[in-house]
Amino acid sequence: MSIDTQLFEGKLIRLAPIDHEKDPEVESRWTHDLSLSRALWRKPAMPLSVTQMKKKYEAIEKEVDETKRCFHFTIRGREDNRLLGFVRIEGVEWTHSIGSLKLAIGDPVERGKGYGSEALQLMLRFAFSELNLYRVSVVVGEDNPAAVKFFTRFGFVEEVRRRKALVRDGQTWDSIHLGLLRDEWLASNSKEEDGDEK
Amino acid sequence: MKNDLLTGKLVHLTAENPEVMAECFSRWNQDSEWLRLLDTEPPRLFSQKNWKEWLEKNLEKDERDRIFFAIRTLEGETLIGFTGLFDLFQQHGDTLVAIALGERKFWGNGYGSDAMRVMLRYAFNELNLHRVGLIVFEYNPRAIRSYEKVGFVPEGRVRGAMLRDGRRWDYLYMGIMREEWLAKGIMTS
Repeated sequence: MSIDTQLFEGKLIRLAPIDHEKDPEVESRWTHDLSLSRALWRKPAMPLSVTQMKKKYEAIEKEVDETKRCFHFTIRGREDNRLLGFVRIEGVEWTHSIGSLKLAIGDPVERGKGYGSEALQLMLRFAFSELNLYRVSVVVGEDNPAAVKFFTRFGFVEEVRRRKALVRDGQTWDSIHLGLLRDEWLASNSKEEDGDEK
Repeated sequence: MKNDLLTGKLVHLTAENPEVMAECFSRWNQDSEWLRLLDTEPPRLFSQKNWKEWLEKNLEKDERDRIFFAIRTLEGETLIGFTGLFDLFQQHGDTLVAIALGERKFWGNGYGSDAMRVMLRYAFNELNLHRVGLIVFEYNPRAIRSYEKVGFVPEGRVRGAMLRDGRRWDYLYMGIMREEWLAKGIMTS
């Protein structure tokens, strides 16, 4: 990569700002499938109306602007610009160069098409090459093995298991913390580039 | 009044006015070792006035996701530190606990462990949580030993999460389940 590398452009998707006009309706629809919220947060899952979603987007931009600890991008189709999901780095501690990542593809029909993988790769490059982070963390529930597999595929290593920290559907699950260090990301990236050349 | 649930062998847990805690925090924060054992944020040496405003805003508001108590000695009623619950998720029965003794001369004499045992009893017997977790820094072996003594077990380490004095340090996660706490049999009723 070099200074003219477009950090937000993928092959299938691009990372882009929130569209306050169009996005609230789409994401409000997604929130009616509670499994998305459950995968992302530990607070009680509930659907959000379009108005609530609008307020949430405003709060997100305010958070990005005022705290300087958060970067929030929408994931959009490269061709048609349709909203696919979001990816964010949050809880950045500049003193220690660390941050946490969250990623969502909202509509289940759009999952498994490579959008999430591309968004993650763009966001990791942004985190390590632009924000100069030393490490990126992800927290996932044991009830979401697809997410554990997904992040592991990109080099994330399991670091912490907070035993039975989630109670859902009458069952207990571990909260799993994964981490990726810049050196590990660099090593796996250079391998990939070698692969591309072959 | 000494409520049994909040009273240990050496200390009891109390609610304090913001101006009382503000004086303590402003003073304790000037002990950089104390602060570096406690927090990842760089010290800012806020004034008592600033602390008071912060405490009024943050500690007086609703208690659904955090709880804060001061630690006072039973003998002499000296305010020696604080303990609190944060990231409290009642629906998951889980919380993180924090504890710190600002008064250095009370370090290493069992006051912290005693306060932690009282806090655990509160978490398990009053809040009915089923686990309590904590984060401790790799360079704080004294705290790690004290948590082990109370019954916490290691749950993992976040590699290199902190950069201090030119090197990377891990955060350690520890946790104690209700059954482990019951089995330990200290101050369970």
